[in-house]
Amino acid sequence: MALRELKVCLLGDTGVGKSSIVCRFVEDSFDPNIIPTIGASFMTKTVQYQNELHKYLIWDTAGQERFRALAPMYYRGSAAAIIVYDITKEDSFQKLKNWVKELRQHGPPNIVVAIAGNKCDLSDSREVSEKDAKDYADSIHAIFVETSAKNAININEVFIEISQQIPVLDAAGGASTKGFKLRHQPSESRTRTCC
Amino acid sequence: MAGDVHNKGVSWEVQQNGTLAPVDRLREDRSESPTPGLVEGTEPGAGQKSAMFVHSQSFEDLTADSEVSTETHPEGDCALGEAGEEALCLAAKEKIQIELQPEVEEEVRPESRSKEEDVGSEVWRSRRKHVFVLSEAGKPIYTRYGTEEALSSTMGVMMALVSVVEADKNIIRSIHADGYKVVFLRKSPLVLVGVSRTCQSDRQLSRELQYIYYQIVSLLTLTQLNHIFQHKQNYDLRRLLAGSEHLTDNLLRLLDRDPGLLLSAVTCLPLASSTRDIVSSSLQAAKAKNLVFSILLAGDRLVTLLRKKDQSLHHMDLHLLFNLVGSSSSFREGEGWTPICLPKFNTAGFFHAHISYLEPASDLCLILVSTDREDFFNLSDCKSRFLERLNRRNAYQALKEALKCPSYSTAQVGIPELRHFLYKSKSSGLYTSPELPLPYQSEEEQERLMGLYQHLHSRLHHSTRPLRSIYQCGETENLIAWVTSGFELYLCFSPLGTKAQAVAAVVKLLKWIRKEEDRLFVLNPLTY
Repeated sequence: MALRELKVCLLGDTGVGKSSIVCRFVEDSFDPNIIPTIGASFMTKTVQYQNELHKYLIWDTAGQERFRALAPMYYRGSAAAIIVYDITKEDSFQKLKNWVKELRQHGPPNIVVAIAGNKCDLSDSREVSEKDAKDYADSIHAIFVETSAKNAININEVFIEISQQIPVLDAAGGASTKGFKLRHQPSESRTRTCC
Repeated sequence: MAGDVHNKGVSWEVQQNGTLAPVDRLREDRSESPTPGLVEGTEPGAGQKSAMFVHSQSFEDLTADSEVSTETHPEGDCALGEAGEEALCLAAKEKIQIELQPEVEEEVRPESRSKEEDVGSEVWRSRRKHVFVLSEAGKPIYTRYGTEEALSSTMGVMMALVSVVEADKNIIRSIHADGYKVVFLRKSPLVLVGVSRTCQSDRQLSRELQYIYYQIVSLLTLTQLNHIFQHKQNYDLRRLLAGSEHLTDNLLRLLDRDPGLLLSAVTCLPLASSTRDIVSSSLQAAKAKNLVFSILLAGDRLVTLLRKKDQSLHHMDLHLLFNLVGSSSSFREGEGWTPICLPKFNTAGFFHAHISYLEPASDLCLILVSTDREDFFNLSDCKSRFLERLNRRNAYQALKEALKCPSYSTAQVGIPELRHFLYKSKSSGLYTSPELPLPYQSEEEQERLMGLYQHLHSRLHHSTRPLRSIYQCGETENLIAWVTSGFELYLCFSPLGTKAQAVAAVVKLLKWIRKEEDRLFVLNPLTY
């Protein structure tokens, strides 16, 4: 089975739940008293997608302003970016728009953008309506989901959708030599049986 | 973001301090039973090669630092600043009472940080030690208890006090009133104020404020800090420090409890020297071009430290790294990668630290410090190579075994009246201390014992009348403290012991430490 490495980075304001999303995805755990990330944290998880193995190389970045200047280091070369906001904080949604702008200007050209409205378990104190966010996501052709790291809602789905949107490997070019070889061999054997 | 740190520009710090580190010394040179005449470098626990840390005359080094900085301050060259020793004591009883109205005896200390705490409440007033950080415009940056917003007028008064005294070309050092000490530390562009009703000396309090100052610098670099305030004097620095409050909170907790910060030293995980040597050499082999320091920690104890040749780490920088790791659970998952300024090395630039635990549930944490911000995967690779080598040489299992007893009990020393002790080898900057015995295990008692050690420490390191040794009898314990050119020693005995017993115990203890030094200290620090 082909193994593909996908670099994914999480961006967004401080306290929106980036680390909680990663923690839920990678370890399926949740810590309500999580401490703000310092710098960035790197984790990996491999999942099967169709007939490929996708190894996510996840950069969970710190949302605080003092780490802002480091962000390009993480989104540079990323296949996908998950931009997270907190549905109970309008301000975090506005900050998200800045991230989108920055990615459009300085990010890799084909980066897949996913927008995650986290903390959807707290819909009582919702400040950002699902429709507004969805409309915005559509306008920039981004994946959109509302998630809850706490209740494990839509966390795996975000990553599955990213896998779906990543260009397929055997499309001409872009494929690594390793992937090429693995694909090439069966067709060779088929030719032989034909003859 | 400020430029990365390179080794060249900073060597001055090492040289200026002078290398008092011992030259290569063979085991045979070491005396069997140490005597007061022991030279620095031969005391138990002294490293056999060059010292791991920047050699500092520990406490004096730090206070000297504050004195230099006051002198270089434009308004600081008054007589008092030059004397540097006598604190300016304003008996301004009325002034301080506006702020504090003390007289509260009950001790309230919920463990969690009480940010919501009402600054007018009795609980807030009765705190033993407050720490405030403000900008020169009087804007609140940090408070240990309560919220900064609620204290903006109080901090305004603090800045007013600083300015009023400076207007007369003077420096305010401290105010003593009604059992309280208010200590000021001016570190442009910041002002730090400590309000304490502990029995610590002004110097010790001022030194704690310096730790807080350097903690802030380690997050931003001094260059960035100066830059910000040059452009906007009334900038709200809390924006840039957001999410780091717990680091400062934790550092203050360490200052109250960890003898290492008092002694300017670090303690090691007791480990067979053969195992430690394998760990060190495995770490030495896992090097990378831009790697400057590799540090392996077991909880709050050092297992080993590797450094680039000619570079040394200051114990204060190491304490800041300990604090960073100890107060952030976030490094437990995955691998952390963060810029950090090591202010005693260079206040102008960032290092980049790769921080990860060897196993998710383990206490073993590896810190790899590089000068290159793009070095993450190189360092990640260093870590795997280190682990692989450790496993291949069967040292990992031995290391994990040693972790099961990260400390030792005083009973092992074999002195019945001895309850607890601190021993610091001056040349290696390492100290050893047994686990706290039963009477001192509660938080209150632990801090009380620390308070006693702090008091003895302040007597030994008094700026004008330092003592060589001191014996102190109390109702609950007797204490003896002794400083020589090679070591510093603090012992705590049961109150029923005699002075003669205590003196005999010192000799016996030193013999025991000499016997155990292989296990208790890093004797063979390596470089890349």
